[in-house]
Amino acid sequence: MQISTELAPSVARRSRRGLVVLSLGPLCALGGVVWALLQPYRITLLHPYGQGFWWLVSEPPIYVVLVGLAFHWLVAPGLVEDLEDSERSRSQP
Amino acid sequence: MILGSAFMPPSEHVHWWFATGFLVLALCFAARAVVGPAVWDRRPWRRYLFPSVVFVMGLLMWPVMVFFTNSTIHMVAHGSWAEMMMLAGGAQLGLAAGKLKSPLWNLTTPLALLVGGIAILVHEQNSWLYSRAAFGHHLIGWIAVGGALIPLVLTFRPRSVVTGVCFAALLVSISTVLYADRDTAPIFGHLAREAGVPHR
Repeated sequence: MQISTELAPSVARRSRRGLVVLSLGPLCALGGVVWALLQPYRITLLHPYGQGFWWLVSEPPIYVVLVGLAFHWLVAPGLVEDLEDSERSRSQP
Repeated sequence: MILGSAFMPPSEHVHWWFATGFLVLALCFAARAVVGPAVWDRRPWRRYLFPSVVFVMGLLMWPVMVFFTNSTIHMVAHGSWAEMMMLAGGAQLGLAAGKLKSPLWNLTTPLALLVGGIAILVHEQNSWLYSRAAFGHHLIGWIAVGGALIPLVLTFRPRSVVTGVCFAALLVSISTVLYADRDTAPIFGHLAREAGVPHR
């Protein structure tokens, strides 16, 4: 009971930091989606006829979504794992 | 003004690619601020991640300097950004590898922002409301010059969460302005007649 009382605040703080890291990628991707909805003309793939090569390659809102997803899938999981490891080892005597 | 060809993209697209680079950096710095540098540096590939991105952005600025500048002052400005990004990225790579020991090498980051910001302000020949590109250049220049204070503080307080998050926000703001850049477009409904006709 005593251990649980002492650990409770640090566990709550840990999970908050982990959640923040895990939310960065989806938030970024969401920003890209919102941008695409607000300015659909920035995605030339939606109206591809008559567009040149570079205009079909350059899709800024999609870049933002891809950056968010790449961060979420490639960086965030390992980072949260390391964060939890670090805090677990700090909380153990 | 360069509108692009089959072999060369329009210059606004190059701005958007660099905006994406700044966005990657912003996410890395935001996460690093939240977990702390010790946890971020636990895996070697992660330690090298943002220094490599900065260094590669500096390298890629050289072809931009060669192919996308149409005056000496533009060329010098782009060259200075390339040098400053390579210096900051290289210093961070050296720190990550343990080849450089002094944390004062972190000062290369505020130096890069300050020099880069001054170069942007100096090379923009037109006034704020000439066009959207001119507005964006003035805005990024002042963001970089003023924002250089943030990595300066971060050099001496590397574990400060607030400063780290502020630095990430600074990078997001640079990225946003770069994404908003267009070769010929109005700003707040104003476009100088000499700027030409908006092509899209």
